[in-house]
Amino acid sequence: MDIAQVAVTVGGVALSAFIAWYFWFAPREVTRAQAAGGMQEVDVVVKGGYSPDVIVVEAGKPVRLNFTRQESAACSETVILSDFGKSAFLPEGQTVPVEFTPEKPGEYDFHCQMNMLRGKVIVE
Amino acid sequence: MLSAEVSLGAGEARVRYVPSLADLGLIRRTIEDETGFEVGPAPTALSQDAEREAHDREYRTLFNRFLFAAVVAVPVLLTSYPDFVPGLRGLPRETLRTIWFGDAALTLPVLVYSGRRFFVGGWRALRHRSADMNTLVALGTGAAWLYSVVAISVPGVFPAGTAEPFFDVVAVVIALVVLGQALELRARGRTSEAIKKLMGLQPRAARVVRDGTEQDIPVEEVLVGDLVLVRPGEKVPVDGVVEEGSSAVDEAMITGEPMPVEKHPGDEVIGATINKTGAFRFRATKVGKDTALAQIVRLVQEAQGSKAPIQRIADVVSGYFVPAMMIVAVLTFVAWFDFGPQPRLIFALITSVSILVIACPCALGLATPMSLMVGVGKAAEHGVLIRNGTALQAAQSIDTVVMDKTGTITFGKPALTNIVVVESGEASETEVLRLAAAVEKGSEHPLGEAIVRGAEGQGLAVPDAEDFRALPGRGVEARVAGREVLLGNLKLMRERGVPLDGLEEAVRRLADEGKTPMYAAADGRPLGVIAVADTVKPDSAEAIRTLRAQGLEVVMLTGDSRRTAEAIAREVGVDRVLAEVLPEDKALQVRRLQAEGRKVAMVGDGINDAPALAQADVGIAIGTGTDVAIEASDVTLIKGSLRDVVVAIEISRATMRNIRQNLFGSFVYNTLGVPIAAGVLYPFFGLLLSPMIAGAAMAASSVTVVSNANRLRGWRPKGIR
Repeated sequence: MDIAQVAVTVGGVALSAFIAWYFWFAPREVTRAQAAGGMQEVDVVVKGGYSPDVIVVEAGKPVRLNFTRQESAACSETVILSDFGKSAFLPEGQTVPVEFTPEKPGEYDFHCQMNMLRGKVIVE
Repeated sequence: MLSAEVSLGAGEARVRYVPSLADLGLIRRTIEDETGFEVGPAPTALSQDAEREAHDREYRTLFNRFLFAAVVAVPVLLTSYPDFVPGLRGLPRETLRTIWFGDAALTLPVLVYSGRRFFVGGWRALRHRSADMNTLVALGTGAAWLYSVVAISVPGVFPAGTAEPFFDVVAVVIALVVLGQALELRARGRTSEAIKKLMGLQPRAARVVRDGTEQDIPVEEVLVGDLVLVRPGEKVPVDGVVEEGSSAVDEAMITGEPMPVEKHPGDEVIGATINKTGAFRFRATKVGKDTALAQIVRLVQEAQGSKAPIQRIADVVSGYFVPAMMIVAVLTFVAWFDFGPQPRLIFALITSVSILVIACPCALGLATPMSLMVGVGKAAEHGVLIRNGTALQAAQSIDTVVMDKTGTITFGKPALTNIVVVESGEASETEVLRLAAAVEKGSEHPLGEAIVRGAEGQGLAVPDAEDFRALPGRGVEARVAGREVLLGNLKLMRERGVPLDGLEEAVRRLADEGKTPMYAAADGRPLGVIAVADTVKPDSAEAIRTLRAQGLEVVMLTGDSRRTAEAIAREVGVDRVLAEVLPEDKALQVRRLQAEGRKVAMVGDGINDAPALAQADVGIAIGTGTDVAIEASDVTLIKGSLRDVVVAIEISRATMRNIRQNLFGSFVYNTLGVPIAAGVLYPFFGLLLSPMIAGAAMAASSVTVVSNANRLRGWRPKGIR
């Protein structure tokens, strides 16, 4: 094995480890819903992903997520919150509120129709 | 305006007002001036034009990007294989290098324009610590382009034979993937065709009477309480109750009822149905998102956006898939670089780029939602509303169908069934019916109404009766055209000393058939027997036969007496009868069947049978007309025909089969495609996948999945019609 091969091997393994850490294990930013008028509200920007994508809310209180899609790619045009039986079509540039009331604490996914963009609602 | 209630959460206000004094404009101005709230058009959930426009725009964008990449790909491809192109063959390497710099310059705009979305999207995803197909395509094509540029700029640093450009890969892969996206978008538009058809039913305008004058207004501005005019040939704009005039209305698009329905004052009319013969005025009771049509659309949309449990595997896989594929690509690169044949660097690069390009899990992500979209829409076209993917998946594995009798198998209200006359021939059947109907005209008893309806149905002129008297527990009496007419049971006949003249035999036989017989007599002489019964809907027997032919066991559940229940059971041919079940025990009976290991569908009305519907694996509510949003049910049959139980089960099976095909196809695609791209076939057959073939495969995979889902659009119910 020559030096180039050793370097590529070490680099490759290190890169693989980094990919795994970056996508799966690194801590994520968490956004807590703002309570206003009995409604827990969060604005979510849809642009290559959901920002924020981890949202913490309280159980038993109504939640409103205001989605604004800032891209034209058809992939993100529908957001689905299947655990709450909600889905919404997001016209580009418009803010679309999605409301639901989480009853039980737990983690609930939301995602685009193809399940490529994902976010999570953590109910406490 | 009298009063107003505001619901901030729903963004709605409920206003009580005097229609002759206030119109929508005044209400809007008042709200805006006095409260500062802004008034917008009510969301009808019916505006689909925006989506179609957005899709058309998006399609044009994608197609232009594809065209550009495809045009650039031609010269780039030719110059990448100079040995195979006449005119380029044998050119000195230095000349080729110059040409390749031209290729680099040509493919850069392909990356920036045609492939823009992969890079921008990939970068955005990366910042969210997520990776998607954009990431993969961007990494694959970006790596190929950078490597190529370095290889032609400083060929000296590369081992011999590895300073080769891959600009063709860049142009062709981007062209193919973008083309795939464009085709997929087109196909996806077709998956929502059913719901667009439903939305297209919504009328645009209405003619209302305000301030004593007729005005044409957009349907969004019709308010609850408006008096709406409908002329022959026009659509009924919103839901309401007829106040004046009468007509026949074609309700097929909502209820599936093929024959036009007669409408008189007091009858309900449904928005989007078509007025056929007469003109009428009706009072609007439901507008905007509350109309039957809007509710149907909402239910279908919700179901289309829901998830089938079978998708869970795909969800878990796609959650880890893309980063995992990036790791596979890196390790493949290392493996070829360490152990591969010369030129190692080229092999390592080709295989890892191929993996990145072929590994897109698009097909996997589209597999379930696309089929669900088409299947649920198709069901709605047939008047079957499936609540969500869970219900759909449950419906395909049903082996036992439990049906409520009254109102489900039967109409749920008595109708005239038999007339038997005395042998002496004292009166004809029509005469008996005419007299009986005359007596019952004053009665409000459902049995009496059935007789009157029966007489009217035969076109008899029913005379008026005098001195009507209801005799509780016995029957009724009245004077008709001077004759003392009696209608009632044996007790009444005995009390009045009426001889029976052998009619007892007919009475016993009719009672055995589950019917309610009544003696008719005039002036102390027996005339005959009239029987009424809850009759079986005309298509119930056929539907039950079809269900049984498909291997399902059909159980009838009823609170009625065993005798009545068995008479009906014989008529329609069910496997099992559970009679004399108290309403509160219906759910228990369903649970018992489930305890036998059966998958039970319960068919009943949404109100009385709600607990049993909820207990069943699939609750199927028989709705009628405007009452479509039945909450306890998994499936709602708008038409109220049992044939749609067959439709519901068949469409569920067809959709689930389609989903399984899609999931299987995409799993096979990825589990075969990735190893082949990694070069596992190379040691045995010398076969290596070009990244361009990988790009074609990737584009084809998602288009295939969507097209397969679209096959469901041609679905027709098999067992019936």
